[in-house]
Amino acid sequence: MKRFIGFVKKEFYHIFRDRRSMFILFGMPVAQILLFGFAITNEINNVEIGILDKSKDHETLKIINKINASEYFSIDNVVENENEIEAVFKKGEVKAFLVFEEGFAENLHAFHLGKIQVITDATEPNTANTIVNYVQSIIQHYQQELNRTSAPGVQIDIQTRMFYNAELKSVFNFLPGVMTVILMLVSAMMTSISITREKELGTMEILLVSPLKPFQVIIGKVFPYIFLSIINALVILILGVTVFGMPIEGSLILLAFETVLFIITALSLGILISTIAETQQAAMMISLMGLMLPVILLSEFIFPISSMPDILQYISHIIPAKWFIIILKGIMLKGVGLVYLWKETVILVVMAVFLIVLSIKKYKIRLE
Amino acid sequence: MKSEETVIEVENLTKKFGEFTAVNEISFKTYKGEIFGFLGANGAGKTTAMKMLIGISKPTSGEASVTGLDVYSQTDQIKRNIGYMSQRFSMYDDLTIKENITFFGGIYGLDRKTIKTKIQEIIESLGLKDVANKLVGALPLGWKQKLAFSVALIHDPKIVFLDEPTGGVDPITRRQFWELIYKQASHGTTVFVTTHYMDEAEYCDRVSIMVEGKIEALDTPENLKKEYMVDSMDGVFLKLARNIE
Repeated sequence: MKRFIGFVKKEFYHIFRDRRSMFILFGMPVAQILLFGFAITNEINNVEIGILDKSKDHETLKIINKINASEYFSIDNVVENENEIEAVFKKGEVKAFLVFEEGFAENLHAFHLGKIQVITDATEPNTANTIVNYVQSIIQHYQQELNRTSAPGVQIDIQTRMFYNAELKSVFNFLPGVMTVILMLVSAMMTSISITREKELGTMEILLVSPLKPFQVIIGKVFPYIFLSIINALVILILGVTVFGMPIEGSLILLAFETVLFIITALSLGILISTIAETQQAAMMISLMGLMLPVILLSEFIFPISSMPDILQYISHIIPAKWFIIILKGIMLKGVGLVYLWKETVILVVMAVFLIVLSIKKYKIRLE
Repeated sequence: MKSEETVIEVENLTKKFGEFTAVNEISFKTYKGEIFGFLGANGAGKTTAMKMLIGISKPTSGEASVTGLDVYSQTDQIKRNIGYMSQRFSMYDDLTIKENITFFGGIYGLDRKTIKTKIQEIIESLGLKDVANKLVGALPLGWKQKLAFSVALIHDPKIVFLDEPTGGVDPITRRQFWELIYKQASHGTTVFVTTHYMDEAEYCDRVSIMVEGKIEALDTPENLKKEYMVDSMDGVFLKLARNIE
């Protein structure tokens, strides 16, 4: 145990004295979260939207003018009936349509309720969501104005409809993704680099000639990264909740358990990489190309897997990150427990065990 | 301080990598307190042979024991009884001298008190008092090597294996390094050293010369020079290499 503590201490010295490691460990997660968060939530400017005005009265005209006057939207396309909407969407000319019901102003004043439908092209789910939010706020603003002045008590009802991607991915989509990518990066890339570094420097040889057993060396090297990854996960979650209002609907204990499980899976991948790679650079390349790319592309972080070709869908099954993102979304957004997530959890456990056994085996072979 | 007590016994030790025989049935003995030079050109099989003795490579056939322990079945105990310093300087540049000593003392299972006295001893004997809290990366190569040698001895091993310990340092530092080796041998530690500096071979009690996986000569430098009728170890080596070709 004392040996172990000494080993871990030395490992922390390495990490804390290397500016690059420190940056990857602590600077990057924060930067990524803020970048992704703000880039995704604020990035609409002069978005083209179409209008289907079945009423054409003074109220609809005012609303249309207000929308057009805002810096967020410009009106690009006016159609005369519902059938044309899809054709315009298909051409990608507009991102959203505003549909005013027949007799909008009459309804508003006689029944105190006017209806507007917002139809968005949700192939870009985050943009779609933002558009809806902005349109809503402009119209609500107009409603408040009416309430204060000419027509107290009237209400404008906004219905939203998503085209192409009915179960709209929310803005919260990005946080589980970023968390997964960062944990993968820290756990797999940093461990594989730190192990290959000892190989490169020749200190690994010294450690292997010492009474330490190979698995003690590996555990000693990996342990600090488990600890740092957990801290990282905490930072990401706290930022997500405080800065972006990300909910955590489900059990925190389950969330912690699943996170540690994923960290262990990623660490064993890192060890495996370090048994293959001889230099730090090779380890970094393998981690980036072999881990980061698939994680980003095939984990539903950015691109929906359901719209990928079959072969990519099959490949995505062997990527631990995909299952972890499903688990994260389940716990954080839907608030579901192990009853719903047992399948994904079992898959991660099997992957972790498989990778650990494989990397220990490979490590032993290397020593012969 | 040579004695008749053997610490390494090797009998027909062989290592094959597939078709290639890196070490071919070598046999020798080394004694307590002896400085045993293990010579050979690059690729002659020195390092492979040494790796079998220090327990990080399994022999293909033959027998060998180190401090009376078998290299097939007792590598864990062997590792406790030997020190090792490799040709690449192997301490952590981003740790201070004290931290390096503490770390290596720790992995050899020394308790905190022993480590403290060891730190004092090493720092004083090498005259490193002013830089004890400096990062090792900032030291000149010669100092690093002396430090690495002291650290390899931190757990008072019976044998210390040095794999080309003086590569890349100036003659004066090499001379100082050999003084450290002599001092250690006089305390009864066996020093097993590989080198390709022939002048260093002269400092050894006995030398073995490996050519293409086999030990072609083994005796004191004096006897070897007589046998081959030359006046330096360099001459012995050249003659041997030519004979083989």
